[in-house]
Amino acid sequence: MLEIIKLPWPWYVAGPLIGLTVPALLILGNKSFGISSSLRHVCAACIPSDIKFFKYDWKKEMWNLFFVFGILLGGIIASRFLINPAEISVNPALKYELATYGITDYSNMVPVQLMNFAGLFTLKGFIIMVIGGFLVGFGTRYAGGCTSGHAIMGLSNLQWPSLIATICFMAGGFLMANVILPVILSL
Amino acid sequence: MKKEQDIRHQDSICTNESQLKHQWYHHLKYLIVGILFGIVFVKAEVISWFRIQEMFRFQSFHMYGIIGNAVVTGMISVFIIKKFNIKTIYGEKISIAPKKFNKGQIYGGLIFGFGWAITGACPGPLFAQIGTGALAIVVTLISAIFGTWVYGYFREKLPH
Repeated sequence: MLEIIKLPWPWYVAGPLIGLTVPALLILGNKSFGISSSLRHVCAACIPSDIKFFKYDWKKEMWNLFFVFGILLGGIIASRFLINPAEISVNPALKYELATYGITDYSNMVPVQLMNFAGLFTLKGFIIMVIGGFLVGFGTRYAGGCTSGHAIMGLSNLQWPSLIATICFMAGGFLMANVILPVILSL
Repeated sequence: MKKEQDIRHQDSICTNESQLKHQWYHHLKYLIVGILFGIVFVKAEVISWFRIQEMFRFQSFHMYGIIGNAVVTGMISVFIIKKFNIKTIYGEKISIAPKKFNKGQIYGGLIFGFGWAITGACPGPLFAQIGTGALAIVVTLISAIFGTWVYGYFREKLPH
């Protein structure tokens, strides 16, 4: 049994499990699934700086911080006890393309050759880790949600603004991955 | 003031809060859901930068299958909850705040899309990646928190 769990899970197993988070949170306490809000709660708790957007009772949203801390713990548990020793198998076309940028290490969830502490002091690493993170935090809040809040929770509840947001997430991603990112990776 | 409420509503925060007072340990159930969710994230390689690159290059069906199945499962669940008026475990009515359209979903959506393709992670996977031992991602997470703060700082001046 453990042997089967240790293999990578196919999409038709993982997709429904991720979808079940929606009713789980609703039934446990009428909570709408959403992750990027946690970043806002951290701002409200630590650096509200008298900004109206961060002046609310974040303690009422404490559940969200427990939830994201759980995701971190889940990452620890899965990587310690349930991990697949083989490296991730990706499309050969991607492998070929990434090799031209010197990315050849598939041992980790992130490309360790790009994302490491020493890399922060290179232009490429700074753009990928620092600017990239900034765009994620700024964009999700501007859009009012991320993949979980809009694409999964919003679409589950048939909200058309979430469909627009999801289309824009994908459009931005296509443009970045195919046009701009190759330039960044060539730096 | 109406606009302020709309924007808060859009984030679904502090709008459908529970009237019940709970001890802090009641939050532990969300921690457990988070743990299970995090394990699925890692096991299905959703948090892999490489899988996200494949997705945006149409080189693999994996991520589309996951997101598509998650949405369908969520839709059916929400439909059943509404249809049968299912209550929470505390007997409270379940209500989901509607999302209101504003231009932020377009501008912010595109900006997040850029960030998603660069970092290979949306906010959830950032937490799970750190859990798997990719400690440099702590920097990405702090940067994302800072990005959220900057949005809050300039929010009144941005088109919505």
